[in-house]
This record gives sequence, structure tokens and C-alpha cells, in this order.
Amino acid sequence: MTLIDKKLNRRSFLKVSTLAGGGMLLSFSWLAGCKPTKEELAAMPKEWFEINSYIKIGENGTVTLFNPNPEFGSNVKTSLPMILADELDTDWKNVLVEQADFYPERFDRQFTGGSQGIRSGWKPLRTAGATARQLIVNAAAQTWNVPAGEITTSAGTVEHKASGKKAGFGEMASLAGTLDAPDPETVKLKEISDFKIIGNSKKNVDGTKIVTGKPLFALDHKVEGMKYAAIVHPPAFGMKLKSFDKSSVASLPGIQDVFEVKIFKDDYGRNFFDTTTFPEIIAIVGNSTWEVMNAKKALKAEWETAPASTFQMAGRGGQNMEVKVPGGLENSSTHKEKMAEYITKPGNVLRKDGDPEGAFKKAAKVLERTYSAPFLAHNTMEPMNCFADVKAEKAVIYGPTQAPELIRQTIASSLGLPQENIQINLARMGGGFGRRAYSHHMTEAALISQKIQAPVKMVYTREDDMSAGVYRPAYSATYRAALDENNNLLALHVKAGGVPESPVHANRFPAGAVDNYLAEGWQIESNITIGAFRAPRSNFIAGAEQSFLDELAEEMGKDPIEFRLELLKRAETNPVGENNDYDPKRYAGVLELVRDKSNWATPIDGVHRGVSAYFCHNSYVAEVIDVVIKDKTPVVENVYAAVDCGIVVNPDSAANMGEGAIVDGIGNAFYGEMTFENGVPTKSNFDKYRMIRHAEAPKKIEVHFVQNNEEPTGLGEPLFPPVFAALGNSLYKATGKRLYDQPFQPKLLEMDNLSM
Amino acid sequence: MALFNLTINGKSQQVDVDPNTPMLWVLRDHLDLVGTKFGCGIAQCGACTIHLDGNAVRSCQLPVSAIQDAKITTIEGLSEKGDHPVQKAWLEHDVPQCGYCQAGQIMSAAALLSQNPSPTDTDIDNAMNGNICRCGTYTRIKAAIKTASQNA
Repeated sequence: MTLIDKKLNRRSFLKVSTLAGGGMLLSFSWLAGCKPTKEELAAMPKEWFEINSYIKIGENGTVTLFNPNPEFGSNVKTSLPMILADELDTDWKNVLVEQADFYPERFDRQFTGGSQGIRSGWKPLRTAGATARQLIVNAAAQTWNVPAGEITTSAGTVEHKASGKKAGFGEMASLAGTLDAPDPETVKLKEISDFKIIGNSKKNVDGTKIVTGKPLFALDHKVEGMKYAAIVHPPAFGMKLKSFDKSSVASLPGIQDVFEVKIFKDDYGRNFFDTTTFPEIIAIVGNSTWEVMNAKKALKAEWETAPASTFQMAGRGGQNMEVKVPGGLENSSTHKEKMAEYITKPGNVLRKDGDPEGAFKKAAKVLERTYSAPFLAHNTMEPMNCFADVKAEKAVIYGPTQAPELIRQTIASSLGLPQENIQINLARMGGGFGRRAYSHHMTEAALISQKIQAPVKMVYTREDDMSAGVYRPAYSATYRAALDENNNLLALHVKAGGVPESPVHANRFPAGAVDNYLAEGWQIESNITIGAFRAPRSNFIAGAEQSFLDELAEEMGKDPIEFRLELLKRAETNPVGENNDYDPKRYAGVLELVRDKSNWATPIDGVHRGVSAYFCHNSYVAEVIDVVIKDKTPVVENVYAAVDCGIVVNPDSAANMGEGAIVDGIGNAFYGEMTFENGVPTKSNFDKYRMIRHAEAPKKIEVHFVQNNEEPTGLGEPLFPPVFAALGNSLYKATGKRLYDQPFQPKLLEMDNLSM
Repeated sequence: MALFNLTINGKSQQVDVDPNTPMLWVLRDHLDLVGTKFGCGIAQCGACTIHLDGNAVRSCQLPVSAIQDAKITTIEGLSEKGDHPVQKAWLEHDVPQCGYCQAGQIMSAAALLSQNPSPTDTDIDNAMNGNICRCGTYTRIKAAIKTASQNA
């Protein structure tokens, strides 16, 4: 991991002495309305001393820790500073947390996504905390004229036992801030057994602000002279703006201007998160949100079909790829027909072990099943929006984004300003789920502000948000298993694809556990834009795979957990192939834990149980779902989850996120669906797009963590993918019918004895 | 445009707006009370829930002209010190994830408890079904309402 260490040297310990007073870093979020509480003010030191990029200590021992990553609800704003605080060896009650602005010179990887916040922050933040602690120790050694090695720290105090000298961190902060930072390589990190804060639940640092309605979100931001803007985008995928009649709204009350916004410069090379469905939109600017939203409805615009096009885009690894956007107005019914053709067509071979074709030829029995799932909209509760104040030389953007680094490049190009003149301040996001990795709402707001030469807050209506694309793709997967006459598994074959990407992770389980294995992928071009959605690809393929394994276990006459454990034993003791992504022992560990916690061995009358397990984002999860039939309706009663994500920094908060992922999975499995007719999304608000609601949530969710000392891995996503099959498998037990196509609710309604 | 005299969180306020303007936008854009959130605009998600004479209503579908003499309470005015039993229970259970829907959830829960201090699970389901939480904190919301019910 030398790369990280080099970056640590270069960035994380940079001190910018002019900021020692802290004014600049603190000022923005306070101006945004997050005024400190009385308690915070009482604790507020008269003077701050910057120890490094992440840590400032006041003369009274109060510590300000900067959360580098954007917060979208996974609670990094609490758990990342917990890592800093533990290694700093301060008391959590001394800690204030501030959201850092986007500041790449000071912070590494200011990105929220891929469940990597804690995993990527683990070593840099531990090192930053430990380095600051060492500086306090060095300052005490200098002050007391004793060897640094004889000095100990505890809960924000520093002590030299031999001489009886003791001081608070605050008393040493002034000197510590002037000392040279020790080489991060030489700084000693705590032993895991010495953690005092990590592993002990801390409440959300923004909890009080949230429950009292303080302004925390970009949508809440306001400055003097600010205008409001709405946007109008084409009504269908495959359409673009032809013309609009400015006079249709120009005289409406409160309307200041109406104009076209073109997001990209012609010669701009798009980056990986530059997905946008409609690069040309109409902006309406006025004096209030309500007035611009009214004008939106009244605006007369003409649209035309867009021809097929191609553009260059940097791929995931930075390599350039050509993106084809076909013309035409697409239909979900056509997507289904095209996907069905691939069941019999060969796909692209992604992995092949042994002789799968031969094994299928000599099979006594072949089990083949095809699964599908539709497009999904992210539907963050806070619609896309952004505040922008663009002046001739400088732009200030305050918006909800998971990926400030890449959108800054885009905004710089579109505004014609150097990147360093674009200040991006990170707002708390009202949900992300992957959607806000694609942040063109920020480019749009910036261009609107530049045009009107005034600060502006742009907001999408729910309809704009839901019909603007960047969806979870529609997928289909066909699984085949070859069995001999004694029901032994000879071969497994997965062929899966989607509109417009394949969901196959070819080197994940059950690859490595089956002698003869074939994985194929395919994709169908589309002009419907897609993007990351909580556990991309895994969120479909896990459901298909784990439903198939359940049916296969039944066919083989085996308990579904026992069957998976047998496969994992094979992968552990005698793995097939070399590139297996997962650790079979840890995978088996979560299945064993969930079997124990759910009392799997003791069935309860009237309770129908399904199991599922999956590995993604470096973590292992197994889930058991209990369904009961009440008044002819299948009801999810209890959910048991077992998780191995290594060390858990903030256990109760981690459980909360796990509970949420499970509810999210149940909701999307039952109801989630976006379809298209002639390019038009058929749903654009919550009256038609059904979201899981309070009464449909499980009665009880238990999230159990495997206790180990492994370095932390992902958590925001891994509990989501297993839900679909755990639910499908339990519904099979409840109804006697397998569910192959999501969403499940319409299929359940077709069953004569059920209502939902 | 027309002048409206409103009583919000115990204070008299005057606004000069189009009579059709929903209370949501009067609160957010004209009175800087931004704790009440915009989610759907069609009273389907509950993010904009406020109290009108103590009843939970969706402010995105409530024109300012319909308020008349009714007293409005928003999340900012639910308690003086953020210590309403529902707010305290929310903190105790550490309910929020992203936090965006929670003001609406809390206003629905507070109205429920003021009218039904000891709600059953079904009562809670019915009162809270109009508030979507995309993060899926429903089980904690239910637990927090029960705690608030015991502590009220």
C-alpha cells in the first residue's frame, strides 16, 4: 500500500498556516445556517491550533475533526471522525465535527460511493489521528524537557508519570501546531484491543440539527439576492429540444428569464460520472420556487427526436471508451422481447472452468431458470438541486454530490474557469444511493448563475427527478445446472445481460466451487441512461443466483444453507480456478451465523423462511427472511442478517444502515419498477411509483456482525443484494410458487388466494 | 399577490404572495423556515408535513389562502429547545440516516401522539404510512414513537 502512504505524505499532513485561526474552513457551513448550538458555543475555544488537515485543537482541549467525505446518510460524518478521535486519543465528548469542503490539496478521496468510505479512510485517518497525537506528545516532551517515549496519553490528556506532570491536549496544542509532523511511516498506531471509541456506538453528530429542522441541505441554502430556477427537460428519452416560446411565460408573475442551457462544451471529453440524459435543457429563472414551477407548466416548447450519436468518455479505469447512444423512442415491451432472444443466443464468455458443455451433454437432468428485473429510479427524497454563485473569476457551488472531484472538472470546462477557481462546498445529501455520483444538477445551476450573473438555487420537481434517467438498468439472467442421475452437481452456467449492461461478476461465488462453470454476458444498446444504484449489478445478480441455488438445493433434496456450505467447503479446500474473488471461510461464516441467530433448525408453524447470501464490496452477508400470510397478504415479519465487514466502527449506526438496506431491498423487490412507452417514463411521482411505506416494513430486523479483527470493508451496499432472493425464497415457501420476475407484488396479485 | 396574516410557531407573520402559493413554499422561500421539506409536491411523501391546529397536514398541497385563522406549527416550533418527547426519542433511537424526511416523520408522529397517546402498531402504521423514508428507517421510527409514547 505504498501508494496510499505517498499520498498521506503529500496531502493529509499538509498544514496551511494561514488557516490556523480556522475562520475560512468553518465559515461556510455556518453561513449556510448550521449555527453552533449553545453547548457548542460554550465549548468553543478562544483560539484554534491546526495540527493537520483533519484536526484542530482549541486551547481548552475542544477538538474539531473534519469529515472529508460527502454525507448522504451512511453516517460517515460521525464514523470517520470516530477513527480520527480514537487514534488522537481524545475523549469523544470533546469533539466537534465539521463537514470539510471539497479541498483536494488537504484531503484524500472525497468521494462517497462503492461502500468504500470507512475502508479507504481506515488507514489514512488512523494515521492522521496518531500523527496528531504524536505531535501533542512531542510538544509535551519539549515543554517538560522529558523523553517523548515516557509520555502517555489518555482521553485528551497527556501525562509524564515519572515527574507527575499532566496537561490537557489544549495546553499543548499551540506548540504542537508549530512542530514538524513526524513521518507517517514511523507513527505508531493503536493496537486494536486499545480502541476506546471505535467499536463503541456514537450518536449521529447531526442528530439534533436533523430533529429540530436546522438547515443542512443544499435545498435549504439561501443568500441575499438569490434567484430561483427550475428546469424543463425533454419528455422522452431519444428526444431533444427543438424550440421554445419565451413569451409563453415571460409575463408570468415573478419570472425573470428563460433560456437554453447546454451542459457540455463541444470539445469536452466526458469523465466517468458525466452521464446526463439531456445535455440541453431550458432554464426558467424567477423570484420564488413556486413561481418558476408554475412557469414550467405553462412553458410552450417543441421537441424532436434525437439522431443516434456517439461520444468519448473516460472509462472506470481512465481508459477512453466510445459510448453509443442509439436514436429512437424505446419501449419496455421491446426491451423484454430483445432480452428474451438472448436466452438462446451465445453471450461473451467471461469465465470458463472445466468442460461445461460436455457436462451438460452428459447430464441426467438440467435445471434452467430465467430471472428478470426492471429499471429502477433512485428516488432520493431530496430532489436534485444546487446553489451556485458564479462570478467572472470564481464560482461557489453548494450542492448535493457524491463525487465532487469529477464534477469540478466538468463545471470548470462548462464555465470556462480554471478548476482551482471553483469552490465546491459539500452539502448533506437527502439520500444518494449512487444517483448523486452523477452531478449535472450542479453544472446546470452553475451555468444558470453564470448567465444571470447572480446567485441561484435550482431545484428539480419530483417529476423532473424521476424522469431524468440515470436508472438502475433492466436485467435478465439465465441459470442452468447439470445434475447426474444421483443429483450431484456437474456444471453451472450463468448467462446474463441487460439494457444496457451485463450484471455478471464472473469470479464470484459459485465460481470456484463447481468443476465445470461457464459465465457469459451480453448487453443491449439503449438511449435510456443508467448509473450506479446501491450495489450496482450485484443488486440484481445476487437475487437471480441465490434464488436459483435455492431451487437447485430443493431439486437435490438438500437444505439450502447446507447446500451453500458444501459448495463453499469445496471452494475452500479445493478451489476451481485461481481468480476467485471471495474468501470461502468468511462467506460460510455469515451463513453459519445467520443459521444460528435465526434458529433455522427450529421451524415455526405458519412462518415461511427463505435464505440468501452474497459477497460484494469486500463484505459478506447472509440473510433469513420470515414471511407470514395475514388476511391473504404475505407480510415480512422478521429479518435476520449476519454481516462480516471486519471491524465495525460505529455498531448501532452500522445496524441502522443495514436495516435500511433491508427495507430498501424488500421495497424494490415487491414494488420497484420503471417502464417506458415511446421513450416516456411511465411513472414520474410517488402516486404511480410505489415505494415501500411504514406499514410494509418488517416488524423486526436483527443485524448481527461477525466479531473479528479484519480491517473494515464495505457496509452501505452489501446488505441490499441478498434481500431479493431471501424474500423470493420465503415467498415461495409461503405460496408454493417461485417468483422469477421483479417486481414481485403484481405476480403475487395474480395468485388467486392472495391480495396485496 | 395578496397579504396574509399567519400565526406560525406562536408568532404573527405577514406575507405578500400569490394566494395559490402552497404553505410549503411560503415557509421555505418567504419565511426562511426550511425545516419543512419539499419531496413530491403532490402530498404523497409526507416530507412537507406541518401541523394545522394540531393536525398533521401536507403543506405542499395547502394554499396559503386556505389557512385563515388556523395556527401553524412547523418542525422549528415543535418545541422550544428541541426536547419534544418525539424529538428526544428520535435521538435516543438514532433514527435518521440522510435525515431529509425526518422533520415530516416527526411532525406526523407528534400529531399522532397528541391525539392518541398510546397508539397500537396498527395505529402507528396508519398514521405514518403517508411519510416515505427512502433510507428505510421505519423500524426505528416505530420504536421511537413507542418510546415517546411512554415518556410523554
